[in-house]
Amino acid sequence: MSTGTTKLDVVVSDVVPVNELVTRFHFRRRDGALLPTFSGGAHVVAEMRDGERTRLNPYSLMGSPLDTREYTISVRRDDAGRGGSLFMHRHVRPGAEMVISYPVNLFSLDLRARKHLMLAGGIGITPFMAQTAQLAAEGGNFELHYTCRTASLGTYADVLRERYDRRVRLYHDDRDERIELDRLLSSQPLGTHLYVCGPSGMIDWVRDRAAALGWPAETVHFEHFAAPQPGAPFDVTLAVSGKTIRVDEQQSLLEAIEAAGVDPPYLCRGGVCGQCETNVIAHDGKFIHNDHWLSEEEHRSCRKIMPCVSRFEGRSLVLER
Amino acid sequence: MAAKSIISRPVYGTLSPQPGKHHLFVADAEGALAISDLAAKAPAGFFRDAHIIFIPGRDGKHVAALEALNPVQFHQGPSFASALPRLKQTLANAHMGLRLYLAGTEGLIGQAMQAALEAGIDHTSIQTEHRGSLARRVQCVHCKGITENVTTQPATCSHCGLLLLVRDHYSRRLAAFQGVCINAEDRSEIPPTEEIFR
Repeated sequence: MSTGTTKLDVVVSDVVPVNELVTRFHFRRRDGALLPTFSGGAHVVAEMRDGERTRLNPYSLMGSPLDTREYTISVRRDDAGRGGSLFMHRHVRPGAEMVISYPVNLFSLDLRARKHLMLAGGIGITPFMAQTAQLAAEGGNFELHYTCRTASLGTYADVLRERYDRRVRLYHDDRDERIELDRLLSSQPLGTHLYVCGPSGMIDWVRDRAAALGWPAETVHFEHFAAPQPGAPFDVTLAVSGKTIRVDEQQSLLEAIEAAGVDPPYLCRGGVCGQCETNVIAHDGKFIHNDHWLSEEEHRSCRKIMPCVSRFEGRSLVLER
Repeated sequence: MAAKSIISRPVYGTLSPQPGKHHLFVADAEGALAISDLAAKAPAGFFRDAHIIFIPGRDGKHVAALEALNPVQFHQGPSFASALPRLKQTLANAHMGLRLYLAGTEGLIGQAMQAALEAGIDHTSIQTEHRGSLARRVQCVHCKGITENVTTQPATCSHCGLLLLVRDHYSRRLAAFQGVCINAEDRSEIPPTEEIFR
């Protein structure tokens, strides 16, 4: 059993379209008991059985951590993605039985903060739904700045405004509304922590500006929604288990290893937690590193790979798995 | 330089200029030299956004050298206690982007860090450099009284009079090392006293 992947047998209790791209799914335990406690920012990995294929996709829990009768996730349809979100949108209906992992939190609030400044972009709003609910219940001090493409794609913007009023500020790309980031970052009281979740361009921009303006790294928290990128198929030899596998175009290396019956540990499946770090025994070719875990030096060394998001191009690759 | 010991024993570094909007320095005595060394590495105009709180101590040296850096604010006081209200006020009004630099004796670094922690700064975000005396602030675990400027091992608690073994066990919350009765079994047993925290 992989780390943190203790499973929960759930039934889909509701499916609610939120807007043209996003649908919300509600899960309850099949045995009727309460679900495990979680904290704002946690995600679960949903198992999707799609014919022969099993997809394991992480989704942030967006319900209130105070209510563990059900878990809710919101899935943005990605027509150009690897098919997980399309599977959820097309095939998952109320009453369906699914298996999800226990919640894992790699984007938790630092509760020592005097204030929590949250920046969301697009579907990156989901972890903040849970975090704001958690903080509001404790009288916590937070402010949420949410950028979306258009008002109709501002998933939960209305709900957040209604719940938290002026603590939520909205920015619409189509109206040319932009966060005045430098001013915002420079006007925060000492002891503020910054949280950012959204497209990687936004995360990089916010992290860079925060560092330049003197925010210590330990006050800046971020979550990349890095889905594995598709790429050219490649062959891999798993030296420990003595298997040779092929990684398909739409498959991640981790998924291919799992499909061969080998179970490396994992938590995030998005290149940040470090659990699936794998040693390279031999290679002839080029690595395509997409993770945020290994250092640049480790990337250059070609001695480690994060199979959840990274790929390989070349003649041969031998891994210690 | 303090020797490496158990994990709770603070480890100090070397001050270096950090990116930021404002730079707050708190130093005593020879800690001024750490600020001068930082100034040699700092980009031009760095001290235009700097505020220095300095406790010169008995020698009264280094004031001119710090003033010559032209910080936007320079304040000197006779003791850390006298400078503390100013430090707390500065931190209370500060915004993210303020960077804190502490240099000098362990007592000064510890107590200034204590004020910073209360203001919401993480201890890992603070630049520190130890200069000068190794004298310790010690809390007696028995009576909870704090004795300043302890230089000997063992040391006598200035509150309850017990003879204390001064441990490397340190509390950031109290800004003090832990002192534990060294002869609890037999109070007539008096180990020799050595001056080791000079």
